[in-house]
Amino acid sequence: MDPIVRFENVRKAYGSLEVLHDLTLRVEEGDVVTLIGRSGSGKSTALRCINGLEKINGGALYVCGRALHEANVDLRDLRKEVGIVFQSYNLFPHLTVRQNVTLAPRKVKGLGAAEANQLASHVLGQVGLSEKADNYPEQLSGGQQQRVAIARSLAMQPRLMLFDEVTSALDPELTGEVLRVIEKLAASGMTMVLVTHEMAFARSVADQLVFMHKGTAWETGKGEILDNPSTPELRQFVGSGL
Amino acid sequence: MSYDFDFSFLRDYDSDLVYGVWLTLAMTVAAIVPGFALGTTCAISALYGPAWLRRLSTAYVEGIRNTPLVIQVFWLFFGLSVLNIHVSATTAAITALVVNVGAYTAEIMRAGFETIPKGQTEAAACLAMTRTQQIWNIQLPQAVERMYPALVSQFVLMMLATSIMSQISAPELTGVGYQIQSFTFRGFEVYIVIAIIYLALASVLRLLLFGVATALFPRRRRLKTPL
Amino acid sequence: MFGLTIEQLGFIVRGAGWTIVLSLLGFVGGTLVGLPIALARSSNNRWLPRLSAAFVQLVQGIPLPVIMFVVYFGISIGGFDIPALVAAGIAMTLYSSAYLGEIWKGSIQAIPSTQWEASECLALTPVQGFVYVILPQAVRVAIPPTVGFLVQIVKNTSYSVVIGFTDLTYAAKVINNATFRPFLVFTIAAGIYFVICYPMSLLSRKFERSLKRS
Repeated sequence: MDPIVRFENVRKAYGSLEVLHDLTLRVEEGDVVTLIGRSGSGKSTALRCINGLEKINGGALYVCGRALHEANVDLRDLRKEVGIVFQSYNLFPHLTVRQNVTLAPRKVKGLGAAEANQLASHVLGQVGLSEKADNYPEQLSGGQQQRVAIARSLAMQPRLMLFDEVTSALDPELTGEVLRVIEKLAASGMTMVLVTHEMAFARSVADQLVFMHKGTAWETGKGEILDNPSTPELRQFVGSGL
Repeated sequence: MSYDFDFSFLRDYDSDLVYGVWLTLAMTVAAIVPGFALGTTCAISALYGPAWLRRLSTAYVEGIRNTPLVIQVFWLFFGLSVLNIHVSATTAAITALVVNVGAYTAEIMRAGFETIPKGQTEAAACLAMTRTQQIWNIQLPQAVERMYPALVSQFVLMMLATSIMSQISAPELTGVGYQIQSFTFRGFEVYIVIAIIYLALASVLRLLLFGVATALFPRRRRLKTPL
Repeated sequence: MFGLTIEQLGFIVRGAGWTIVLSLLGFVGGTLVGLPIALARSSNNRWLPRLSAAFVQLVQGIPLPVIMFVVYFGISIGGFDIPALVAAGIAMTLYSSAYLGEIWKGSIQAIPSTQWEASECLALTPVQGFVYVILPQAVRVAIPPTVGFLVQIVKNTSYSVVIGFTDLTYAAKVINNATFRPFLVFTIAAGIYFVICYPMSLLSRKFERSLKRS
């Protein structure tokens, strides 16, 4: 079966600064892939290429059967199948939690009010926030807001979920609740690509761990590569406790 | 210097004054919604439209904001009659007000849209919402809420500006005052009273508009955040 | 030229001259009355801030044409037969002083209180502190909105048409009545206002940007 995400020799540069260099990567359906690496290694950029937030300059990128390297790709159509959760949650402050979650299903997928509310109850239950449905984002903690953001993306019933350093902006005691939700999601079979600094989590949840360095997949494998790095760069990365 | 103040006209002309108040309020309210719509459309097209639309919008905004309302009203009213297009003076007055307040609203709403963090439009786009859906559901409600005090001030100023419309014989409160003083020769007293009425009207309008805000912004109502 | 006779154009230009005169009157008068108001608004007295706030709110809540009428009829009561320029000038002064007073009060209050403390610590008297430390900084902050308000003054002189003052708007109206060419006449008048106001608008924005940068 075709992989959901396929990077082939992808190149991306900002002007003269090359951020992705000959990146080749496959994500099969049901896989959980975590991207780790230093800042500037290109991991966030690679993630953002998957749903078209960034455009690639060279190579080929296939996501959900679409060729993103071609000129006239319908990104909006792609984004009905690919969800993303951001580091800064980006919830809509003027809407309640329920409204945040039901907005896109109603406007984009044309769901009726009752159907959308049912869907909202389901995904909010999945992230453990059913009782907060009528609160506004500002009344919630950072961890709760991030879980709402996850629910909001889940409500679109995507084939693929992207997580861009979703715990980096949280106080340490709040990251646990978010990581647990992501673990549950992974166990349920959702295809996911995560960029994260949480090493222990990255290794425990990943089917494939990708250490990125200088814009390419420097070393990949299962979680064990962190114990026995083959490349000096990964050895240094692990050793520095990042 | 002795002067006998005489406010007896209040008894004789009270219904005229009330009618003048009604006319002024009606003219103001009739101009607020179209004016706001025009200004917001202008701001949106300047932000997201093609370059020529942006230039047109800028020309409109700068042209209106750097010329007096009186000239705009005269241009429209006397221009229409020369073209043999017959509209009532009130219609001409309201049209001029709409065009005028539209330009000021455009500036206010442009600033409002700029305060909305880009992350939100990014998130909305990643939820597969179209640009129109993003503007209508995410950006517009927040821009209006943030700029509401500025918008209210602008609409109160517009109500005060209706005072000039009697110059083209569009009836309103100041015009009523002129008629009363021409009958009673008590210009000073009459206009003092008119002034006081405008002061009260400004407060009434503010109250009305903040009532609208309570209905429009449920979050503000629920969380009691001040505007 | 422009479809109008030289006399007619001259009439309009003279009107423009009177607009400038009235604008200057309004600005100078507004400064003379507005500065004390700004100081009163920022003072620590019990009554002054409230009294001056009441004055400002009063003036800001009354349409300028009505202020013009009140001044005009008020002065006639005293038995004085005054030219419209004086009435308009007084009205513009009242109007400008309220707004300038508010603008300048805002500029004074924009200076952080640490500056007051610093001048106290340098053993300056309150007056010296104000004149040498606060005022120069407040003036810098005040320039963009003041220049911006000048634009409002020029535009609002047009309201003097209600008491028959022969400014640019009045002149345009007269010429229109004579020629029945409103699009031509009022576009010329609008153009003159624009040429006066637009550069000041740009200047005000430029000042604001350079203020933000520093």
